[in-house]
Amino acid sequence: MKYCAMKRRLAFLLAGLSGLLPGLLPAAEFDYALQARKVADGVYAFIGRTEDFTMENGGNIVNTGFIVAPAGLIVIDSGPSLRYGRQMRQSMTAQTGKSPVMLINTHHHPDHFLGNQAFADLPIGALPATVKGIAEEGNAFAENLFRLSGDWMKDTEVQVPNKTLAVGTSDIAGRRLRLIALDGHTGADLAVYDETSGVLFAGDLAFNRRAPTTPHADVTRWLAALDTLEAITREPGFTALVPGHGEVSRDAQPIRQTRAWLTWLQGALRRAAQAGQDMNEVLELPVAPDFAQWPQARSEYRRSVGHLFPAAEQGVLEGRY
Amino acid sequence: MKFPMTIAALALAALMPAADAAALSETGDPLASARWGEMEKSFLAGAPVLFDPRVKVIAPSMAEDPLQVPVTVDATQLGKVVEVLVFADFNPIVQVLRFYPEHASAYLGFRVKLQQSTPVRAAVRTADGIWHVGGTWVNTVGGGCTAPAGSAAAKDWQQRLNAVSGRQWSTGPNAGRLRLRIEHPMDTGLVAGTPAFHLEEIDFHDAAGQRLMRLQTFEPVSENPVFTLQAGENAGAVEASGRDNNGNAFRARIAP
Ligand SMILES: [Zn+2]
Repeated sequence: MKYCAMKRRLAFLLAGLSGLLPGLLPAAEFDYALQARKVADGVYAFIGRTEDFTMENGGNIVNTGFIVAPAGLIVIDSGPSLRYGRQMRQSMTAQTGKSPVMLINTHHHPDHFLGNQAFADLPIGALPATVKGIAEEGNAFAENLFRLSGDWMKDTEVQVPNKTLAVGTSDIAGRRLRLIALDGHTGADLAVYDETSGVLFAGDLAFNRRAPTTPHADVTRWLAALDTLEAITREPGFTALVPGHGEVSRDAQPIRQTRAWLTWLQGALRRAAQAGQDMNEVLELPVAPDFAQWPQARSEYRRSVGHLFPAAEQGVLEGRY
Repeated sequence: MKFPMTIAALALAALMPAADAAALSETGDPLASARWGEMEKSFLAGAPVLFDPRVKVIAPSMAEDPLQVPVTVDATQLGKVVEVLVFADFNPIVQVLRFYPEHASAYLGFRVKLQQSTPVRAAVRTADGIWHVGGTWVNTVGGGCTAPAGSAAAKDWQQRLNAVSGRQWSTGPNAGRLRLRIEHPMDTGLVAGTPAFHLEEIDFHDAAGQRLMRLQTFEPVSENPVFTLQAGENAGAVEASGRDNNGNAFRARIAP
């Protein structure tokens, strides 16, 4: 049964339009040209493009980052491929003169962990359900990224995290970090708050001006997680939020945007089900004007119909709402 | 078969709007499928066939989830329809379902598992014996038919087998519509170790006891099927009854 669940989720996650666009040649020598941006003192982020996986971008559509701790660099997410992980590691060491001492995976989506191999010599930590998810679904995710991103993926293999993270505030490599276990984007979403700089790494719980992805989403749980994150942004020390996709923000705007999208999406699907609409009709509904201009709004909406409409429909047919 | 078809086509064209008449075709599969000849031979052999734009088959051109591809067949522009056969040329199991609209409209929404990119077609037989064929290509990236049903992974699926939920709409833009969901794994038998296990027959009757529709379903219909019918605004409480290929029967009443 595992195989089935895997196949099904894969299709949800990766059936991108991008796979259909031929003729785009990869950049020379598969160079992601990674350049970390300073978010705060000792905190950096690599900001990916707000696109789908393509042969051209090689999966550089995700944000990763690192924190400079006294003992070395704490890395947050490893990107979509071995090449990305290696280039990221090289870039951050060149930039800071320090070596990474630990990698954290925020959740089990492939653009966030397929660079793990480049950090196989280090502790790689994640929430227990994330470790399980990567072990069970990682290979299938990787297979599909090979199809979507081609040779950018060369030699990429799944490296399952070797450490289960305990949540709460503690010193990691000499830096005060708060690890917050949430869920809703997937079954386990880890947010990392750097107490020293006031930077919040929100993972894919927050998207900034990019339509959120929902292949493993539980919208109600996700909305609750956003409330928890927004409370952190109201703490006096908060300075910046690094979303999983989209630009770094100095306020809670990505959280509010993600909440607005999810609330609209949940409401639209429920109203459509209540009106008796069939899935083909729901697929054609317009995206709300507030979001229609976001990159990938239309394609993510259509994917989300597949992920979330069957449950909305079941709720109506069973008379629950 | 060429001669009788031509007469039929001419007669039909005279009754149709010019644009539709121009698109009527007796030869040349508009979907240019390498398997059309084989399809015609297996399912429609010997009877006159027309590619008819009035047979609407709606499905996404790119299926996000090959296990749940939504398909809507609308043959309501054709007049009296006797039988509708839905098939997908390149599926390992080609036949998806057949329905016989009696007192309901020649309209059905459902979801299907597709193994690869394929035309999805409806062949609609009218009382004069002509098959009117419409269809659309669906592109897919993954396999739907050889993946086991997911519901079997849920612990309580056996308790919920054939559980029916549904609703009728009597007001609003979808007045006269009936939607119905049946819990069933719809196993194709193509996965090693899992025999074919699927719903076979569903009958819909209105409150007056008239049959609205007889529906035969095959393996490619998606797990936990959801059907959308136009039962009409005066159907009253509709009774849905049916069984799967293992003889498990169900009966449910869906009040407006
Ligand atoms: Zn994600």
